[in-house]
Amino acid sequence: MSGAIRMTYREACRQAIREAVLADPRVFLMGEDVGRYGGCYAVTKGLSAELGEDRILDTPLSESAFVGAGIGAAMAGMRPIVEVMTCNFSLLALDQILNNAATIPHMSGGQFAVPIVLRMATGAGRQLAAQHSHSLEGWFAHIPGLRILAPATVADARFMLAPALADPNPVLIFEHVMLYNMEGEIPAGLAGVDIAHAAVRRPGRDVTLVTYGGSLFKTLAAAEALAAEGIEAEVIDLRVLRPLDTAAIMASVARTRRVVIVDEGWRSGSLSAEIAMRIVEEAFFELDAPIRRVCSREVPIPYAAHLEQAALPQPEAIAAAARGLVRPA
Amino acid sequence: MTAKVHLGRPEGLALLRDMLRIRRFEEACVALYQAEKIRGFLHLYDGEEAVSVGVMRALGPEDGIAATYREHGQAIARGIPMRPLMAEMLGKQEGCCRGRGGSMHIFDRATRFYGGNAIVGGGLPLALGVALADRMQGRKGVTACFFGEGAVDEGEFHETMNLASLWRLPVLFVCENNRYSMGTALERAEAETAIFRKAEGYRVSAEAVDGMDVVSVAVAARRAVERIRETGAPHFLECLTYRFRAHSMFDAQLYRNKEEVVAWRERDPIRRLRAWLEQAGYLHPDDMTRMEAEVDAEVADAIAFAEAGTLEPVENLERFVTMDEVPS
Amino acid sequence: MTAFRMPSLGADMEDGTLVEWKIRPGEKVHRGDIVAVVETAKGAIEIEIFHDGVVAELLVAPGTKVPVGAVLARLDGAATTTPAAMREAVVVAAPVRPTPVLPQPPAAREAPARRRVTPAARQRTAALGIDLGGLRGTGVDGAICLADLPSPAAAPATRRGGFDPAAMRRAIAAAMGRSKREIPHYYLSQTVDMTGPLARIEALNRDRAPPDRLLPAALILHAVARAVAETPELNGFWEDGAFRQGDGVHVGWAVALRGGGLVAPAIRDADRLSPEALMAALRDIVARARGGGLRSSELTDATITVTSVGDRGAESVLPIIYPPQVAILGIGRIVERPWVVEGNVVPRRVAALTLAGDHRASDGHRGGLLLARIESKLQEAEVP
Repeated sequence: MSGAIRMTYREACRQAIREAVLADPRVFLMGEDVGRYGGCYAVTKGLSAELGEDRILDTPLSESAFVGAGIGAAMAGMRPIVEVMTCNFSLLALDQILNNAATIPHMSGGQFAVPIVLRMATGAGRQLAAQHSHSLEGWFAHIPGLRILAPATVADARFMLAPALADPNPVLIFEHVMLYNMEGEIPAGLAGVDIAHAAVRRPGRDVTLVTYGGSLFKTLAAAEALAAEGIEAEVIDLRVLRPLDTAAIMASVARTRRVVIVDEGWRSGSLSAEIAMRIVEEAFFELDAPIRRVCSREVPIPYAAHLEQAALPQPEAIAAAARGLVRPA
Repeated sequence: MTAKVHLGRPEGLALLRDMLRIRRFEEACVALYQAEKIRGFLHLYDGEEAVSVGVMRALGPEDGIAATYREHGQAIARGIPMRPLMAEMLGKQEGCCRGRGGSMHIFDRATRFYGGNAIVGGGLPLALGVALADRMQGRKGVTACFFGEGAVDEGEFHETMNLASLWRLPVLFVCENNRYSMGTALERAEAETAIFRKAEGYRVSAEAVDGMDVVSVAVAARRAVERIRETGAPHFLECLTYRFRAHSMFDAQLYRNKEEVVAWRERDPIRRLRAWLEQAGYLHPDDMTRMEAEVDAEVADAIAFAEAGTLEPVENLERFVTMDEVPS
Repeated sequence: MTAFRMPSLGADMEDGTLVEWKIRPGEKVHRGDIVAVVETAKGAIEIEIFHDGVVAELLVAPGTKVPVGAVLARLDGAATTTPAAMREAVVVAAPVRPTPVLPQPPAAREAPARRRVTPAARQRTAALGIDLGGLRGTGVDGAICLADLPSPAAAPATRRGGFDPAAMRRAIAAAMGRSKREIPHYYLSQTVDMTGPLARIEALNRDRAPPDRLLPAALILHAVARAVAETPELNGFWEDGAFRQGDGVHVGWAVALRGGGLVAPAIRDADRLSPEALMAALRDIVARARGGGLRSSELTDATITVTSVGDRGAESVLPIIYPPQVAILGIGRIVERPWVVEGNVVPRRVAALTLAGDHRASDGHRGGLLLARIESKLQEAEVP
């Protein structure tokens, strides 16, 4: 492991922002409490002092106005990074994201691009209850014109921002709240990642587990447990939720012929439903078992710890779903 | 007409011509709409011409515009040629947005026209961003942001006013108060009907002008733009105006009576400026005939161009959903 | 004369009721005048006119409901300030509304109570011709999955246990049912004088031992395969709404099985084989079809099928195309018939060649060309 660098996911996000602002005078960050407070999840701590208040802009609690301002600034030559504290608050800016950012390039006949990056926290696990814990990335993945990223590893947190800023289209980055404290290694010599492909995080021949974001490590834990029983699960980290890397999913399904999709979003009308349907459309004859899903229970995420955990996908449930496909009772 | 203003013949004729160009362009649009060549919604600017013509006179090429869905007037006054405008109305690929935007979504990169916006209030935050980008990149531009009085009921208006003032962004907010948000009268929607007072609550300097008088608008706008360039701070201009026609095309106008419309038509900004110019000896009878003929010819040329236009091949349907590069 | 029509005031307006005329015949109207009031779903709306002119006649009485585009009045065109293009625009035909497409009756369902088979297992059994009867499912919900099938390495061992006539019947039912549901067949027939070809075969066979002798089928197949090679439009598949040409002339030869049913294994590149080689191939596939041991590829490779009724069959056959192929040839029994040759009625041995073609992929003209080519090749004296 010589040369590998160990850091937290939070630190990786911070370094990515710092590097981007230093590298390009058109890049700036704005959002609620990103400056003096240092960010709700402390991602931007110290950046305002180092980079200046004209590059790290604190905004009032006006999601629609500052997201819209980011869109306007992107149309007029800047490369804004806009932080929305959590994806739950992004609903206050949904008009700007959907009706402006996602439509203007097409609606203007290609006269204007909207090269904005929107970062937001997503997911449950911190007992923040129903208005701070939802996973809404699947909603945004419904919208043509947007690119949706879900960095799960420290390396992706560190390196996805630069290609997102280089993308001429609006890019939304969903950072799972349970990952900020996670430590991980950036392999020696790694200097960048793509934002187009899924990654096989663990190879296996018996069943494919498709997941992303905060569920990746639960899914890897499930794969470990399955391995102890002699079941080799392949774990696919989607990384990019729109456009989906369907080729990677289909290639894995062709190898294993069995699929479990793990998604912290609710099951009904979800990203997991979309992935399952694409497998049915594109790889139906490869399937040797029904497709299974492990999603959040269909409740507003509750406060009490035991209820919250019961509502979320867990390694045991993921392993059970996979086991049921490989070794049906 | 305020006597204090010194308005010369060339300036007066130019204002008259622009208002007439908007009026005649839109009359042609109505006929094309009823003949089913223009479809969707069509919100006419008829009666409100003085607002955009007056404001655009104060702007230069370095300035930006965020417009509404009633933006044909704003687009013509800004100087977007009629040909690509009319082709867009007809959904042709020669249209300024290649037929993807239509009546409510006119964009024009060349004139920094950041779009008609069909979400009431949706263009206000965009204007903030354009102004922010100009300031960050050291450009001296002022962004003119048009919206109707209905937009002030949206949260985006208040968020935008506050942020513009807080960050001292060079935005000229132009409220086209035509007294009806669709069919809801001002008095039935607003606790405070003097709209400009809402801006004062955010410490944005604000005033109301007679939006049926192009000279008043032009004078106020010029003063406001000069001031914004000097201070960098936003300004709010409420233009009291009226639309003579329906909200959109399919509207029985059950919400207002005819006498009211007739009374406002008496204040038609075109008729008013024409009378003043004649009185001042600036407009001779053959000036008007010639101007009308020229404008009609321009409109006819735009229609012919649009009718001869071609349809974007369906294979290109998904083009521009995502961009391969940022246009420069 | 200009038509004044019921205007369209919105995409959701289909018609309107004329409430009142504001003009009378003979009256002068100017662009912008309100000429009528129309009641719509959204209330009464005043309608303005975009021409100058004189009202010639009013065609619709108040109280009448008319569709958008209907002519309400005619104007004598006096001076107009309307640009030419706009005049044209106003005189627009009433919108043509497409005839609604009636829903198709539901397709006949196949036999109920299907066994559960995973998609992958079903795909493999179809490709290998494996019979599902007797297999035990160990997959999810008892479905037959890949693990329950013989290993793919064991192919071409296609027959396990005995031949299952019921399963064969179901397969034929499915294929023929699909063919008749989906394929618009056209049929052509041509009766061919076989006297010359048969005489040549008899001459050839004179010095041969019985196992080496040619049958007329080999000669006909020889002619058919080369004629098909010259008519590629009939050699291939209809897939996903388009024709895909076969990668060679692989003729499926229909073989009736003794227990009932039939298969049509392919003779690959039949157009490049001699009559002797074709004869050997025919003997081989018939033996293997009836004894078991066809390779799966032989059952799926055919690009066109030939069905020959043999010497005890009917005089002619009107065959059904085996999808996704686009043509099938039928060869009737060779019969002796009075025939006109150079003005004289003489006895001749003749056979009816028939062709069923998929009209989505080709037209009868092409089909007729194929039959003509077969006949011409049969009559070629130098072959074999």
